[in-house]
Amino acid sequence: MKGPPLLSVRDLSVHFHMAGSWLWRQPGAVLKAVDEVSFDLAPGETLGLVGESGCGKSTLGRAVLRLLPNIQGRVVWLGEDLAKLDEEAMRRKRREMQIVFQDPLAALDPRMTVGEIIAEPLRTFRPDMPAAESKAKVQAMMAGVGLLPQQINRYPHEFSGGQCQRIGIARAMINEPKLVVCDEPVSALDVSIQAQIVNLLMDLQRQYGMSMIFISHNLSVVRHVAHRIMVLYLGRVAEIADRDQLYRNPRHPYTQALISAVPIPDPDLERAKARLILKGDLPSPLHPPSGCAFRTRCPKATSLCAERRPELTPLELGHRVACHHWDK
Amino acid sequence: MDAVLEIADLQVRFATPEGEVAAVNGVGLTVEPGETVGIVGESGSGKSQVFLAVMGLLASNGKAAGSVKFQGEEILGRPASALNQIRGARMSMIFQDPMTSLNPYLTIERQLTEVLVTHRAMSRGAARTAAVDMLERVQIPEADRRIGHYPFEFSGGMRQRAMVAMALLCQPELLIADEPTTALDVTVQAQILALMAELTRGARTALVLITHDLGVVAGLCDRVMVMYAGRVVETGAVRDIFHRPQHPYTAGLLASMPRLDSDLATHLQTIPGQPPNLQRLGPGCAFAERCPRVMDRCRVERPLLRTISGPGARQDGEGRMKACHLEEL
Repeated sequence: MKGPPLLSVRDLSVHFHMAGSWLWRQPGAVLKAVDEVSFDLAPGETLGLVGESGCGKSTLGRAVLRLLPNIQGRVVWLGEDLAKLDEEAMRRKRREMQIVFQDPLAALDPRMTVGEIIAEPLRTFRPDMPAAESKAKVQAMMAGVGLLPQQINRYPHEFSGGQCQRIGIARAMINEPKLVVCDEPVSALDVSIQAQIVNLLMDLQRQYGMSMIFISHNLSVVRHVAHRIMVLYLGRVAEIADRDQLYRNPRHPYTQALISAVPIPDPDLERAKARLILKGDLPSPLHPPSGCAFRTRCPKATSLCAERRPELTPLELGHRVACHHWDK
Repeated sequence: MDAVLEIADLQVRFATPEGEVAAVNGVGLTVEPGETVGIVGESGSGKSQVFLAVMGLLASNGKAAGSVKFQGEEILGRPASALNQIRGARMSMIFQDPMTSLNPYLTIERQLTEVLVTHRAMSRGAARTAAVDMLERVQIPEADRRIGHYPFEFSGGMRQRAMVAMALLCQPELLIADEPTTALDVTVQAQILALMAELTRGARTALVLITHDLGVVAGLCDRVMVMYAGRVVETGAVRDIFHRPQHPYTAGLLASMPRLDSDLATHLQTIPGQPPNLQRLGPGCAFAERCPRVMDRCRVERPLLRTISGPGARQDGEGRMKACHLEEL
């Protein structure tokens, strides 16, 4: 990693308190959606967050942007603790941090034109910008994301899913943010369109140098986009490593299972490859197993895994893994 | 032996406020007993509509024409009462979202035993035993107890496993699975696919797998049919399609998938442009606008699906076809 981090996250937790039952005198349970997650993000770096539904990857992405209540832990942005900022100061910071959502059409206001949607962050953060300048900026950004600038007065429903995602990306990029959180940006798109959007995000990163947190359940896509990858399981970090290290040398049995479960579009390789099929489903996050949360599905689990939670152990070159048996 | 399913010149049209939409045009497919066929295409390619028409489940504004023969017997356009003799017993279908296919008000037991009581005239007790047995085979833990649960008490993976159990209870000759694992996580997807392969192979059930995921097709299917804008663009044996695609769309689709086993390039290959609007199709090839090998002829003359020879053709001559003016890709 080069230079001081853009973002430094320490022991970040997001706990949701579920409603209890007054009648049966049951206290509400606590759902630990994200539990003691720490990482650094360098300028221009992309961190991939992977894991299955319910592992807390989207919650983590939103917690970093402080879009959720009940966040514990520290998020340090260029040396400044975001939790200590008042609302107004935080609002100004948001200009530098943006988010792109999964469902492109749902993320756009159907009653606003494309030009209004993309210009909205400009109106919010630079209200004194003259209209002509703002329009020119919007049109340049539209061209930059592969939209036709003359379509500036059209409405979202006139565009396809892939084009709507380009609109969402243009809106996120218009203020040239330092961080963009991409929450499953290609999952709702057709295969032939996914590659277009992945290329676009990588081109924009080369051009503007922003950092990205790329959330996805698709390990093949993440491998293309991310420099480093964090694997989450029930809200906790199972493993974090550089991209090549993680795919070549996964140490956590969960990472190994995830990678082996990804189908390869080649009949010979796909049928010949060794498979590690996990038993059962994700346990309820309300009642996670004791010790290591993964032990109920883990082929390597021993009694130790039920008794003690494995700490995140540093291996080499920033590779860290939370497993008692990573070396077996 | 007769083919399990023979679809010939199938057309599906939908009446919409903006006029008629031709969702499926002249699709033909033969499925042999015990065979696994993958149907690949993007949203709007018509891949699901073909099989909703086969099952007699088209939306009320949809109309199908052509021919669908199930074990030699014409079933297209038959009334629901006649189709119900076949559906669920000899031919069943699994959908993407198990929650919308299961009745939330009924226990898993009621929903599983219904097919056996109706089609096999079993007693409730015998049907329950058979259903528990099937749930165990799809690896539902504590099947004997869980069978009394309601769908909401099952996880997504368990619901889809229950759907697989329900679809295979009567040992149908044909199972149609429409994106059966798209809503599931990868580790659960791997479980369900392994299970479907094992169970259909054991019972010699023919399997039609509708999916956008080429990786899933590569692992499971014997033959592949690729659809684009309501038409078949290429068919062939799975290894031919993946190793020697002959239609530019198939080739583009394969090249644009990021893969775990590929070298990392700075750019993914893409298919430029967007899928076409079915209401505004021109006279030529629907893929012409996005095709890297487009010729003048492609824009005016629609290529017919034709048998191809040369490298990539199957020796028995059947099944290797494409709809493209190019001689070779």
